[in-house]
Amino acid sequence: MSATLRAILAHTIRNQLRGRAVPGYAAFFFAATTGLLQFGGGPTRTLPSLASVILLVVPLVTLVIGTVGFYDGREFTELLLSHPVSRTRLFMAHYLGLVLPLGAAFAVGTGLPLVTAGLDSATWAPALLTVAGGLLLTGVFGALAILVATSVGTAARGLATALLVWLGLTVLYDGVVLMGAQAFSAYPLERPLLAAMLLNPVDLARVMVLMALDAPALLGYTGAVFQDFFGTAAGALVAAGSLALWIGVPVALAARRFRRMDF
Amino acid sequence: MTRATPLPSPTLRVADIRKRYGALDVLRGVDLSPAAGRVTAVLGPNGAGKTTLLKTILGLVRPDHGEVLIDGAAAGTDASVRHAIGYMPQLPRFPGNLTPRELTSMLDDLRAFRGVPDEELVEAFGLAPEYDKPIRALSGGTRQKVNAALAFRYRAPILVLDEPTASLDPVAARVLKEKVRRERAEGRMVLLTSHDLGQVQALADDIVLLLDGRVAFRGSLTGLLTTTGQADLEGAIATLMQHDAPLPFDREEVA
Repeated sequence: MSATLRAILAHTIRNQLRGRAVPGYAAFFFAATTGLLQFGGGPTRTLPSLASVILLVVPLVTLVIGTVGFYDGREFTELLLSHPVSRTRLFMAHYLGLVLPLGAAFAVGTGLPLVTAGLDSATWAPALLTVAGGLLLTGVFGALAILVATSVGTAARGLATALLVWLGLTVLYDGVVLMGAQAFSAYPLERPLLAAMLLNPVDLARVMVLMALDAPALLGYTGAVFQDFFGTAAGALVAAGSLALWIGVPVALAARRFRRMDF
Repeated sequence: MTRATPLPSPTLRVADIRKRYGALDVLRGVDLSPAAGRVTAVLGPNGAGKTTLLKTILGLVRPDHGEVLIDGAAAGTDASVRHAIGYMPQLPRFPGNLTPRELTSMLDDLRAFRGVPDEELVEAFGLAPEYDKPIRALSGGTRQKVNAALAFRYRAPILVLDEPTASLDPVAARVLKEKVRRERAEGRMVLLTSHDLGQVQALADDIVLLLDGRVAFRGSLTGLLTTTGQADLEGAIATLMQHDAPLPFDREEVA
């Protein structure tokens, strides 16, 4: 890591930790995980519910904090760019300055109650995968947030776009896929459905986490097809790999937009 | 004031810069090469492209055409050319949670600055007691003083000041003007915009007038006053704006 990148990153993270959003995010997951463990009766029963919370909340919060933060920080970005800093480095500092604190807050908030609740040999792997799934989603939606913020001119429209992305990928997508599957139920649908699954990072994370939990009822329609096709172990690897692509491609696109932006 | 090391004479060349935002032609072919050791004021009505021009020089705005060369290197692609520039933006919004001291040390790190910083303005503005308060607790005027102090801190040979005195009180504005004069005497190149023509007349050596994204006039202040037959800058600019075509003179011709 270059000295300039480290300098910006250190200050961005310090700034984040002093704000209310990131500590609040950690507190939310701490409370949610603790609550679910209290009422859910142990990690095995709690993890599927926790996963559902994670799959909705991590994308939403990361998108909102990421886009709002980018627009809020535009003048500061401009100030940094008036110094000898390359745009690529500053972009990476922005991205890491967003996902590292959020990822850490999430990992602490969920991990701490899980560890204190006592994980045994049967639950530590699913618990680890659940947290890992949340971290990967943080990486994906952090990149999407910056892609939206660098592509849409004003903060209000950017935030609206981010919310549409969230609604589309978490809520509408599965419904549309299901409707499509019904409409074309006379045809072999396995491959189109797999493709549909790989095109949605939330579905990928859901499959990755829920396959490990051995909770097929929660997999959803596309998830069930996926598990059938790949089997559990290979499926988790394919899902994690696809999520990595879901991080890499938006990061590259956002970096390109950032390099060409006018401030 | 004397300095231990002589300042290398900076060069800045703006060549045929064009920039369009949607349907808006902001800059329509601007050429410029301000001189070292002089204060060049970029003037023009609102929307004439002054800030866009300064931002292009800093590499903040990507021009559609043309290039900016700083000491021979392209400003758009080579981030290191900005070691040569100290920039004071018009309305900076610093991260509110940081203190000016933290911000300053971050920029020091960013520039890998090892020299002795210029802290004259921190002293002259009496900023020291404000340096450990979070920026959000500072008044607009104090923030602008921090902004000014940062622009001069690195002793850069080129100073780009966008409306430097706009939100400063008269005393602070005077301190800043004196500072600009000292920097000029040391051989720095100062490029500034201002709406305050009286102030420009008191400070500037050269004038660049932008009208509709083009350079309508470029030359020395004294040359401008002589050619237009006006006693002050306001009258001279008014005369120039009545002409449709750019007046046929340039700094080289009037100097």
